[in-house]
Amino acid sequence: MKKTSEPAWPDEVHALLKEAGVRQVAIVPDAGHARLIKLCEQDKSMRVVRLTSEEEGVALLAGAWLGGEKGVLLMQSSGVGNCINMLSLPLACQFPLLMLVTMRGDHGEFNPAQIPMGNTTQAVLEALGVIVKRADAAGDVTDMVSGAMRLAFNTYRPVALLIGQRVSGAKDFRKLTRSVPK
Amino acid sequence: MSRLLLRREVVAELLAGRANALVIAGLGAPAWDITHAGDHELNFPLWGAMGGAAMLGLGAALAQPKRKVLVITGDGEMLMGLGALATIAVQQPPNLCIVVLDNERYGETGQQETHTGHGVDLAGMAKAAGFARTFNVRTPAEVSRLQRQIYAGAGTLFAQVKVDPERLPLVLPPRDGSLLKNRFRAALLGPDAAHQ
Repeated sequence: MKKTSEPAWPDEVHALLKEAGVRQVAIVPDAGHARLIKLCEQDKSMRVVRLTSEEEGVALLAGAWLGGEKGVLLMQSSGVGNCINMLSLPLACQFPLLMLVTMRGDHGEFNPAQIPMGNTTQAVLEALGVIVKRADAAGDVTDMVSGAMRLAFNTYRPVALLIGQRVSGAKDFRKLTRSVPK
Repeated sequence: MSRLLLRREVVAELLAGRANALVIAGLGAPAWDITHAGDHELNFPLWGAMGGAAMLGLGAALAQPKRKVLVITGDGEMLMGLGALATIAVQQPPNLCIVVLDNERYGETGQQETHTGHGVDLAGMAKAAGFARTFNVRTPAEVSRLQRQIYAGAGTLFAQVKVDPERLPLVLPPRDGSLLKNRFRAALLGPDAAHQ
């Protein structure tokens, strides 16, 4: 059961993906995707494929499209760095690829190690030729996913939607040093 | 010591029984090898994406559970994507077969040595990851057994086939990725594939 304090977008995005016929859900987890991942895992029409590295998902979903299935890749912005050369595959072959990227190294970041990749995620993707869109308010996420999904599957190319750290909130390391959430 | 297997003889034998199987080849020599056996609409030879061949195979195998999906790749390519062995073993698609043609070399770049010439056992790694069937193949009889296992058996399969590090003339498939993708989908899914 969803708590009232939780945002609506993960449930809406799950419904959107399901309606579009997305079958393969490739993931390297991020806290910002936790609820969407759980919804996909509970959905018998979807196959959640846990990856060891995000680039595996780029190749997986090219294979899925070859076989006639749609997919989505869920990851954190640091994972974009792991994908760079593998993105040559959808770019060179015009495979549709929908990437939903929750941002770190963004609004209110605490961890210095997240900054180099997070702060350049959009520039790096755009330098490659990947279409990048951003959602920075929870109320915008569902519509932005819908648009990014249609761009990817209707025009046969990789599209990344960056979901800003303002949406999911920065991880509070200081608080976590005092208590571990259940 | 008996002579090493010849990669194009191995590939020709493995593909002879392909029927409606989907075939994905890693970049470089494996792509030339499957093309040498005969260009085919249901071949998807990679021109790049090093380390991604096995994962392409997983995506296709999950999407097409009634088809055999055969990935033929090289030792260098597989070494670049070792995490895929764990990812695939967890999914266990019974129709996915991965064959590594292991010449212990990066053949396209000047025959530099790979880890497999220094004791790294890829089939052992696949077995440890949880693949249902794993094979180390060194003889013609073992190639024939592998061919039967691929088409007659079930269970996620990984084979490491030791082959001669011979230098061979390239046999190039089409290199337009859109063409390769679209003809594959049309052959597999029919004309509606263009309107999905």
